Amino acid sequence: MFERSKLLLLATLLACAGLSHFAGGISPYYFDILIGIGINIILAVGLNLVNGYTGQFSLGHAGFMAVGAYASSWLTLKYGYSIGSGTLSTTTVFVLALLGGGLGAALSGFLVGVPSLRLKGDYLAIVTLGFNEIIKSVIQNAEPLGAQRGLGGMEQHTNFFWTFAFAAVTIYVVLNLVGSTYGRGFLAVRDDEIAAEAMGINTTKYKVLAFVLAAFFAGIAGGLYAHFKQFIHPEGFNFLRSVDIVVMVILGGMGNTAGVVVAATLLTILPEFLRAVSRYEWLPEWLRHVAENRMILYSLLLIVLMLTRPQGLFGNFTGKRNSKLQ
Amino acid sequence: MSAPLLKLDKVTVQFGGLKAVGDLSFTIGEGELIGLIGPNGAGKTTVFNLITGVYEPTAGAITFANKSVVGHRPYKITARGIARTFQNIRLFPSLSVFDNVRTACNMHLRHGISHALARGPKFSAEEREIEATVMELLEIFGLTAERDAACKSLSYGDQRRLEIVRALATRPKLLLLDEPAAGMNPTEKAELMKLIRFTQEKFGCAVLLVEHDMKVVMGICQRINVLDYGRKIAEGTPTEIRNDPKVIAAYLGKEEE
Repeated sequence: MFERSKLLLLATLLACAGLSHFAGGISPYYFDILIGIGINIILAVGLNLVNGYTGQFSLGHAGFMAVGAYASSWLTLKYGYSIGSGTLSTTTVFVLALLGGGLGAALSGFLVGVPSLRLKGDYLAIVTLGFNEIIKSVIQNAEPLGAQRGLGGMEQHTNFFWTFAFAAVTIYVVLNLVGSTYGRGFLAVRDDEIAAEAMGINTTKYKVLAFVLAAFFAGIAGGLYAHFKQFIHPEGFNFLRSVDIVVMVILGGMGNTAGVVVAATLLTILPEFLRAVSRYEWLPEWLRHVAENRMILYSLLLIVLMLTRPQGLFGNFTGKRNSKLQ
Repeated sequence: MSAPLLKLDKVTVQFGGLKAVGDLSFTIGEGELIGLIGPNGAGKTTVFNLITGVYEPTAGAITFANKSVVGHRPYKITARGIARTFQNIRLFPSLSVFDNVRTACNMHLRHGISHALARGPKFSAEEREIEATVMELLEIFGLTAERDAACKSLSYGDQRRLEIVRALATRPKLLLLDEPAAGMNPTEKAELMKLIRFTQEKFGCAVLLVEHDMKVVMGICQRINVLDYGRKIAEGTPTEIRNDPKVIAAYLGKEEE
């Protein structure tokens, strides 16, 4: 018997494989945006498991992305050619390196998560932010990883199929997990930790698990990013990148996977869209000026949204979070 | 008499200079319905928190089914068979009535994360089994119609009942009820008394009841322990307690001589 969610995943993977054939016809500019969307979906949906469903506040997601990006790049650079030309195809090496990067990120997620998840709210945010900066500084000083110069020379293996296949898998994992009795533990931890413990739920285990899974997917996203841009730099995984992902989760609605997917898509497109608007000569002068200052517009939009719809564009599990705000 | 299910032996807990509970000893036998009463601030909820592992006693021993529970995390104690409700209701606010109870089945899962992701036939069978268990419990407590309702939308009495259902879903041997009648009207209280007695018989679990409403406590408890300023001042049957001068003094104050 095949469950509906499994059929959906399979259909999506097939669709990705099919669409991948036409992706070559897209201009590189749009293709870049498209891959960016897929990577951001993986990052945001993964982070949503921690910040949305489990109610913790992680502000260092780009750090895990960096671990995945550097680990997988290091793997493909070191083994890509030697093995790639021999027994295994380069694609296989690439996917194995992606998984390796994901596992590396998951391990760092475990190491950071076990001590820091004793903290709550703002304190956890600060610790994860600190982790993000530590990872960045370590890379900046690691000569084998290119240090401040960045790391390049990876082959471009990331394509439409792999990006969206992993995005689909991320969504599948998160949705199936939180939908099951097993995964209801995440929501219980978010709603009321004391009550969750009293119902026999090991809250520490659930918090660490959410953290590790989110880190794993961030690692995958990092690997995809590295093998798309073919050049990575520690500054690409700074605090601002982490904030970007958190904004996608908040805008989409904490604990609302569909909303987060839409928000990740919109927020990837929006800056580029505004850039395009500023170039349309037939538009009124003032509108183009507004669009030109797109970063200001972008931040204003976020402020307005947070004021008018604190539950996110697409809503979340209401209840506690809303009553807290009042 | 066989060994008691729960045994508190000279349990003391101190918060800074305050001795919240001092030298408290009492036992609960299998299937018994025991009351724990006392004026406000006597330490009743603290006793609950000690038994369930939220606090650790400064001195003394707490044994459940002949094994110590001191120093264990609350979830482990729940797994051993002690479930509780809370004085100020602590349901999972974002979850439906059904999911609140389902979450309490979490610890009895035979299959872990891999099954939740692979969604094989074993997983489906277990989820169906859990659904049946939850629905049966909701049916017994008359909450079937509200299964998909947000738990916050329930009436106060229903929320208290749902907390009991949720605690029962962990299949406890001992159920701790913290002021279940608080805020209920007389009709609801009468129903609650029936419900507690029914729960004790149907699920065969012992019950420790903290309650302010004397009618409820006297009406259903087999034995009652009375706390005042963290110390036990009396123990006995409802009739004995009602006529105990120390208890009367604790509640009404002593007459000046």
